Amino acid sequence: MNEEIKRNLLFTTVDGALNWARKSSLWPVTAFTACCTFEFIGASSPRFDIARFGMEVLRASPRQADLLVCAGTLSWKMAPQIKRLYEQMAEPKWVVAMGACAISGGIFHDSYAVVPGYNRLVPVDVYIPGCPPRPEALLAGFETLRKKIAKDSITRPRA
Amino acid sequence: MTLATEPFILNIGPLHPSTHGVFRMRVVLDGEIIQDVEPVFGYLHRGVEKLFEQRTYKQNIPLSDRLDYVSAINNNWPYVMAVEQLANISVPQRAEYLRVIMAELQRIASHLLAVGSVMNDMGIFFTAFMYMFREREKIVDLLEMVTGQRLLYNYMRFGGVSQDIPTEFLPALDRFLKVMPGYLDEYDTMLAGNEILLSRTKGIGVLKAETAINNSASGPLLRGSGVNWDLRKSAPYSVYDKFEFDVPLGTAGDCYDRYIIRMAEMRQSLRIIKQAVEQMPAGKEKTPTPLRLRPPSKVRLLRVRLPPACTVKSRTRSLPVMVTFVIPTPRIVTSLEMTTVFDNTKVAQSESSATPPFSTAARNIG
Amino acid sequence: MTTNLDLNSIALRLKEQYGQVVFAEPDYLEVTAGALPHIAGYLKNTPGLDFDFLDMVTAADYTDRFELIYRLVSIKNNTVIALKVKCGRDRAEIPSLAGLWKGAQNQEREIYDLFGISFTGHPDMRRIVLWEGYEGHPLRKDFKEKAYDAGN
Repeated sequence: MNEEIKRNLLFTTVDGALNWARKSSLWPVTAFTACCTFEFIGASSPRFDIARFGMEVLRASPRQADLLVCAGTLSWKMAPQIKRLYEQMAEPKWVVAMGACAISGGIFHDSYAVVPGYNRLVPVDVYIPGCPPRPEALLAGFETLRKKIAKDSITRPRA
Repeated sequence: MTLATEPFILNIGPLHPSTHGVFRMRVVLDGEIIQDVEPVFGYLHRGVEKLFEQRTYKQNIPLSDRLDYVSAINNNWPYVMAVEQLANISVPQRAEYLRVIMAELQRIASHLLAVGSVMNDMGIFFTAFMYMFREREKIVDLLEMVTGQRLLYNYMRFGGVSQDIPTEFLPALDRFLKVMPGYLDEYDTMLAGNEILLSRTKGIGVLKAETAINNSASGPLLRGSGVNWDLRKSAPYSVYDKFEFDVPLGTAGDCYDRYIIRMAEMRQSLRIIKQAVEQMPAGKEKTPTPLRLRPPSKVRLLRVRLPPACTVKSRTRSLPVMVTFVIPTPRIVTSLEMTTVFDNTKVAQSESSATPPFSTAARNIG
Repeated sequence: MTTNLDLNSIALRLKEQYGQVVFAEPDYLEVTAGALPHIAGYLKNTPGLDFDFLDMVTAADYTDRFELIYRLVSIKNNTVIALKVKCGRDRAEIPSLAGLWKGAQNQEREIYDLFGISFTGHPDMRRIVLWEGYEGHPLRKDFKEKAYDAGN
């Protein structure tokens, strides 16, 4: 009996269990605006196989997703939609800014039509530089995000 | 018995899994038939033309990469060629061949993406897409070998290309040329008789030749309607007059024809690459140009097959006065008043029929 | 571009019919705004010419005037011709070609959006890439961008 318990029971904190669940199946919402999309698709295609990290389920509905990957240039015309999309996502949610345009507007930073960085609209957790970042860089960025999630605690309210 | 039905208005996009970018359509539906479409553009308007005026000629090359980001090299080309003509820069023969090889590889990659994502959107889901991405990665590897980038290559320069090919490139390209026809055959067996594909493309979205011309359609869209217009043949630029290749044409002008044409064009591109590798002379890959170009005051307009037409206006300064790109997509999307343009259009096909290379229709007009 | 038609003789024929046509550069015809729809229609519909493909419409700001460029292609004859139209800057108006070519419709809307040139007779003259309520026309040389977060 004792042996059975040892084999079948795991002891952890609530935080530990929750964070483990959250970080192991991040579901991104399909909200891709420009070039970086294709490196994200590249990452989810057979070669880089994002499914290894439990992230292959791209959700079309923001309510079923917990990760917003900001892939590509954001124009001011598009900005309200992205903001709304972020607000529609259920907590807990995370945002990854992928590529130079998402970080700062990148090569288009001085354009009249481009938002210089997603962080003007939504709080960004991880920045992945590159124009566009390679799939490897993207996977490394997600790994960073997972580390961040692992440090989260339910007693500490998220911003 | 007929049921009285009311038209149904549906808003597709700007973010929709099948737009692969940002583009919005307000469609009026009667069941599965699209009665009317109002396209809404500008969700990816980045003001590129204004930015072109604020940067020097050379700084502008990477900007041109980002116009149609799935075929970056083909986007460099018209801009670079226009400036070369303005400033009278000669291009070494080897560079011309390198350009052709890279651009045709890029065209195959772009077509694979187009066909793959259309399949994805119309209900074959990721199966076909995964196959095509497998081959696209092979091309990306080849391009990366030369340029060091995976998506936006920034490869062309005024008077040539940024760098010559490394020694490993030609053997690798050779291997690719050997296996690719087999893969294309594989797609054909998988897709050409596929019931999902046939029922959703045959006779759907028919674009007649006159309407296609009147709506300024271009590329596979125009040729799908049987109009023989390929700038590589009709107005050969670079060294395209030295290659033998066919221009695949459609007959019915429906979605299926456009699919078939893309598949056939990939084979033709392979043919061109093969000939280019054989004919490529030794020599330099670019003529050196001054860092701050000051072309004389002129206007030059150039049109290259695949995405844009480019106009460059110069006035003996280091910044161009005006650069215009005309991207084909919005022109034809004008005509998305389906009832008059496309016959028998169904929801799933609005995508594949209307938007040429594939669906990032909203890219940047301007 | 290969030329199977003699552009010089076309220019002469147009001059006879409409006057005020200047044959400028190798493949440019300068026409007046008033004559534009007629000349475009003539080029499009005359058998033997068949400039039935409107390749592009674009505009340029010369700070004292606008210039519109229409690029027509005759697919049958494999010939390209471009029409240039000058237009004043303060009340910029040009007759629309959307009736002749549907493909002109969105391109004219784009020019209206970015240059502020309005096209008379256009069925749907609204902004196309920028949002409604946007002030100014960015591709004009005197365009000054408003600080983006001033209003928000």
